[in-house]
Amino acid sequence: MLYALIGVGALGCAIAAVITKRLLLSAIWLAFTSALVALEMYLLGGPFIAVIELSVGAGLVTVLFVFAINLTGEENTYHSPSVLKGLALGCLLACLALTGYWVLPPTLVSPSNPDTQPLATILWEGRRLDIWLQAFLIFAGALTVLGLLRSAPQETSHKEENPDGLP
Amino acid sequence: MDYLDGVTILLVVLGLVGIGIYTLMISRSLIKIIIGMQLMVKGVLLAFVLAGRISGNMGLGQSLALTIIVVDTIVAVVALAMAVRVRRRFGTLDPRALTTLRR
Repeated sequence: MLYALIGVGALGCAIAAVITKRLLLSAIWLAFTSALVALEMYLLGGPFIAVIELSVGAGLVTVLFVFAINLTGEENTYHSPSVLKGLALGCLLACLALTGYWVLPPTLVSPSNPDTQPLATILWEGRRLDIWLQAFLIFAGALTVLGLLRSAPQETSHKEENPDGLP
Repeated sequence: MDYLDGVTILLVVLGLVGIGIYTLMISRSLIKIIIGMQLMVKGVLLAFVLAGRISGNMGLGQSLALTIIVVDTIVAVVALAMAVRVRRRFGTLDPRALTTLRR
């Protein structure tokens, strides 16, 4: 029952994040969704990943969204035509129904002898290469963002000098 | 956790992924598109933790979910930086403004 309540709350926050017109409110609803998903993870028995999801998903990513919306400014979101929305919704519901029909019955059967290892062993011994790759990925992402945001004023001034882009 | 709780969480997973896909399909704002992508990833994360719980191998489920969180955060950061650049260059967040094809 508790899982269902938290799940309904997460879905409600997700729908609110999608239908809200203001981008800032969307980011805040996304943070609520993330917090509720983290709570569900905690109840499922994953306290480490719940804490990381809460701090990164609900904290860091929300701060980044607010920062980006502050830089870009609030903009009126343009809505797609109703026909397109209905078509997208129909396709989506059909896909989800098919996925649910396929996935639900067989996946919820527990194995007889599970291979249990602690998180630290799996993370630092079994997946050592993945950890290194993640560290490099974080470094590459930080450099990419620095490059993307730093070169903007030069291009703007260049465009003002030569708006047609002719040599 | 009994069978009904598992079904409930799996339905929440499908709902989050579905809402994310729907946002990707209909949204006309780059930041809304990134929000939709984030919603999809939340569903996938929950699915990994649920799979770890059901299979009895919670450590593996959590470690895979950790990898997804790292990758998703980097993707979101780079995508937001690109949205800022697009806004500065084109004056809008509408992805249709980026195309050079004749409509």
